[in-house]
Amino acid sequence: MISPAPRHLVEDAAIAVTDLRVIRGKRVVLPDLSVHVPRGQVTGLLGPSGSGKSTLIRAIVGVQRVESGTITVLGLPAGTPELRHRVSYLTQAPSVYDDLSVGATVAYFGRIAGRSKADAADAIERVGLTDHTDALCRNLSGGELSRASLAVALVSKPEVLVLDEPTVGLDPVLRRSLWSMFHDLANEGATLLVSSHVMDEASRCDRLVLLREGEVLADDTPAGLLEQTGTPDAEAAFLALIDEKDAAVKAANAAGRAGR
Amino acid sequence: MRHAFITAGRVLGQLRNDHRTVGLLLVVPLVLMGLMAWIFNDTPLVFDRIGPALLGVFPLVVMFIVTSVSTLRERMSGTLERLLTTPQSKGAFMAGYALAFGAVALVQAVFATTFAVYVCGLDIVGALWLLVLVAVADAVLGTALGLLASGFARTEFQAVQFMPAFILPQFLLCGLLVPRDKLPDGLTQLSDFLPLSYAVDAMNTLATTADGTSDVLIDLCILLAFSLVSLALGALTLRRRTE
Repeated sequence: MISPAPRHLVEDAAIAVTDLRVIRGKRVVLPDLSVHVPRGQVTGLLGPSGSGKSTLIRAIVGVQRVESGTITVLGLPAGTPELRHRVSYLTQAPSVYDDLSVGATVAYFGRIAGRSKADAADAIERVGLTDHTDALCRNLSGGELSRASLAVALVSKPEVLVLDEPTVGLDPVLRRSLWSMFHDLANEGATLLVSSHVMDEASRCDRLVLLREGEVLADDTPAGLLEQTGTPDAEAAFLALIDEKDAAVKAANAAGRAGR
Repeated sequence: MRHAFITAGRVLGQLRNDHRTVGLLLVVPLVLMGLMAWIFNDTPLVFDRIGPALLGVFPLVVMFIVTSVSTLRERMSGTLERLLTTPQSKGAFMAGYALAFGAVALVQAVFATTFAVYVCGLDIVGALWLLVLVAVADAVLGTALGLLASGFARTEFQAVQFMPAFILPQFLLCGLLVPRDKLPDGLTQLSDFLPLSYAVDAMNTLATTADGTSDVLIDLCILLAFSLVSLALGALTLRRRTE
């Protein structure tokens, strides 16, 4: 089952979520979730669509109404004003201004964070959109749009980046270059939490959190996960963990019936 | 306050890339004003009563619609959610919109007033600059009400419905159709609580009296107070955390 994160990771975590419960509408999206995201690493938040990734991310950046539980980011309660200088958020759907250019959009968010024009140009370069700086966002392709949105998340030079599916729909070459950029940022000291529903991105992370139906199935390094499950890749590991869990639930039910 | 100016700059930047909207903002009031002048061609006295009131109605209605659509777009596109995770305060966001559309209103008011006075022959006894000032205050009020209303709108349909809900009653009672003191009992008093009444009062004073400056200034203060209250309410109803 889930091996608890090593003690030093918990104490030095950039993001610590404890007993988080979130209800959206009538649906319990996160029943009781605890997870730690270590500093200075790229942590992947993986799981199928509807597993609660975006809800967890929104709770971490302080825009999700939560039922109970605590979330601390860099030692402060999630969503406190000071954190808004230090954390940045990439929404799942690209959020940029259609009727502004890429340059103007990134510069706007940069100015709000007290960053210069050069910082905006740097963020745009990191996502490879320098040639499109003057293009209106409404004229971009889907992939360019999501990279423009990513540039907005980078421009404030945050200590913690919470990115909701930043690489969806991009071609493999671009995906590789973005993941290497994520690791560059982590090497510079930033903490990244990156969600994805594409399992083959698991191997690119320093650490993995597998989510299913609002529950953490695994919280481990990619190598540790494969070793624990004895599987060749993340997809197989994910399935193995689900089977293991379903079997355990069935056994518990059977035991319950037998005991009655 | 720095953030408010940054956001105002961004909103104006968006408008700059949308020539058709700018055109509509500036030209539609002229067309309507011209139409009114034409309708009352044979009864210029009626136009002299309705014309100034119209100058008070345009900025409010137009800015209310433009603002509610803009903020709804921010909500739908996710940029609002994103902004709420940045250091910008909700008040600065609101003030940014009010500043930007106030600036647009300044240009709109200069256009509409010039056209009304010099082309349509509207008689204004008071100071023209004061009339423009009232129009700007009126527009800021429209923006403030639009921001407040959009806080309650969850869909585009709802946002559009808020126009008749928030604005039409004010339009009916502001003194444009029937002078406010000639309204039935109850409605006169009700109109005292509606901000558009004060914009139209101010415009009427400017049209008919030369020494009404102090009355107009009082109306201006009332308009400003309504704006500030609805901006504050808007900032309160704008939820950082949503379901």
